[in-house]
Amino acid sequence: MTQAGKETIYTKEFQKSFENANQPEWLKNLRKEAFDYFTEEGFPTVRNEEWKYTSVNSEQLAVNRSSELDVDDEQIEKILTDIEGENRLVFVDGILDEELTLLTDLPEGVKIRSFAESLEDETFKASLTKLVEFDFNGFTALNTAFIEQGVFIHVPKNTKVESKIHIIFIGENETANFARVLYVGEQFSEAEIIEQYTRTREANYFTNVVCEVNLADNARLVHTRAQRESHSAVHIITSNAELNRTSVYDNTNITLGAKLSRHDVNLSFNEEGGEAWVDGLYLVEDGQHTDTHSRIDHKVKNCHSHQTYKGILDGKSRAVFNGKVFVHENASGTDAEQSNKNLLLSNEARVDTKPQLEIFNDDVKCAHGATVGQLEEEELFYLLSRGLHESLARNLLTYGFAEEIINKIEIPSIKKELDEAVLNRLHAKLEA
Amino acid sequence: MLLEVKDLYVAVEGTNILKGLNLQVKKGEVHAIMGPNGSGKSTLAKILAGHPAYEVTKGEILYEGKDLLELDPDERAREGVFMAFQYPVEVPGVSNSQFLRLAYNEKMKHIGDEELDPLEFNDLLKEKAKIVEMDPKFFKRSVNEGFSGGEKKRNEILQMAVLEPKLALLDETDSGLDIDALRIVANGVNQLKSEENAVILVTHYQRLLEYIIPDFVHVLANGKIVKEGGKELALELEEKGYDWVKAAGQ
Repeated sequence: MTQAGKETIYTKEFQKSFENANQPEWLKNLRKEAFDYFTEEGFPTVRNEEWKYTSVNSEQLAVNRSSELDVDDEQIEKILTDIEGENRLVFVDGILDEELTLLTDLPEGVKIRSFAESLEDETFKASLTKLVEFDFNGFTALNTAFIEQGVFIHVPKNTKVESKIHIIFIGENETANFARVLYVGEQFSEAEIIEQYTRTREANYFTNVVCEVNLADNARLVHTRAQRESHSAVHIITSNAELNRTSVYDNTNITLGAKLSRHDVNLSFNEEGGEAWVDGLYLVEDGQHTDTHSRIDHKVKNCHSHQTYKGILDGKSRAVFNGKVFVHENASGTDAEQSNKNLLLSNEARVDTKPQLEIFNDDVKCAHGATVGQLEEEELFYLLSRGLHESLARNLLTYGFAEEIINKIEIPSIKKELDEAVLNRLHAKLEA
Repeated sequence: MLLEVKDLYVAVEGTNILKGLNLQVKKGEVHAIMGPNGSGKSTLAKILAGHPAYEVTKGEILYEGKDLLELDPDERAREGVFMAFQYPVEVPGVSNSQFLRLAYNEKMKHIGDEELDPLEFNDLLKEKAKIVEMDPKFFKRSVNEGFSGGEKKRNEILQMAVLEPKLALLDETDSGLDIDALRIVANGVNQLKSEENAVILVTHYQRLLEYIIPDFVHVLANGKIVKEGGKELALELEEKGYDWVKAAGQ
């Protein structure tokens, strides 16, 4: 089955899943190849430059995959109550729960389907693993080896999906959850996706999701990712987007949960005139570690990228931000902005930030910067001088720091949830 | 006596700024503190408000007979001390109305009065905004963010109107204002002053004092009050400049 003599903690699970899978040959071959790669390479270690500050202790990773939906329905209902009148796909412990899935009247030709239903689809076959190849790292290899669960979204030419598409990942048991999101937006298509990662209770599960976003000429996608995993969970996302002529991609990543979280968010402009936002907010406290590695490739002329990442760290927490922007030789007229600002609320918190611009063309406008700091004394004094207690004043300023990103989120239910999450964590009492 | 400053010495980063200042303020009075740049007049406002960068090295400040220096800045505010900042601070992401209601309710809680919910507070705010002719659209905007200089100063006076301090310190509130904005700000302060409160105007120029008439003018030079008088002293300063008082401070 796998390479002779080598065993990994996932070997048994893989064999079980592989043998039982009713999948076409091409996919099985891909899975096997990916698992062989994982067997050989394992997870990235701190010796790998891209993983310098984030070590993954594989002994702490959940191994078993969920075989049946053994879930707390009441808690799940609670999570889902806000999402009415929109499309939703719900994964529980990494398994798509068809019963919880709701789809609105979709415009003609729009496909929102499970992977199992998509195996014969030509677009699906052509796009799967096109943007995130299995050998990107051990996590993507492992995810590819376990390809079974996922959602495939295909929006045809000149079509707008009016109702938002919610993809909700709920963790409940101590399982390894592998899933994928594959989005293909054809010319002049428009849609909005909201990925949420949440949990019914505190459990040590392992989320490993790969997301691929293909945008054809003039296609537009708003893509929000809100992560509120269990604080015992490990959360790994690899998300790549490819933009073509004047495509627009607006991506926001909110990180609140997980013991260890790592996002690889990559984006490439392949044709002229594209515009993209890749923004994020991470808010971590004692015992949490979050790492964002992003890479934006300006391969062609006249594209515009914006990246604003903000971090708030409390207790003994740690954040890593590594943002690479590559402006290739023929990419004149590029406009790239990048910033990473961090607010440290404790002396024990630590940030390693590295915005990295590599420019191989003179006709470009690029700005980047990183800051790490504490609350401004003058701002704090201003609030105190109006009679606010110090704890409230500090919370308010911290909240204000995060608002720029939270305000981007236009979905009231998520914005409210985030506001509350931010405020609860800050122990502030701010009614709207 | 609302405020008594006795032989006050203040240092910032090891440099002495105020060197033996005395001042007495009663309710119902308007005092102007004037003086050349660097004379220490803004330092006086900041030390009264409790700015952490300023250190009292000698002397005392009594507020309603109690030691003001014992109180933290937020406690002073809840006790009725208010400083309108020379450079109001921007607080991104926090709306003006949210901020003002929090401040208002902190004070109400402190004095054992009724706190207001957002709707009730909004009615109060609308009324108060008339005092400084402020458009309610500013309520929803982040505190001072993207405000013009004049709008920031008006916002300071709006805060004063909401918090109804007993002792209002206006630190160079006239700086950077055009004539219309100056008139609006001064008019606001005039509506807010009463027999129950006192106003200390810290200003370099006499022009604000044409609109807010002081009962007393104190001239500060080199960290001490070198001359005191009524409102006519301000005019004299305007005419003669500060050179003649600077000599007195040496």
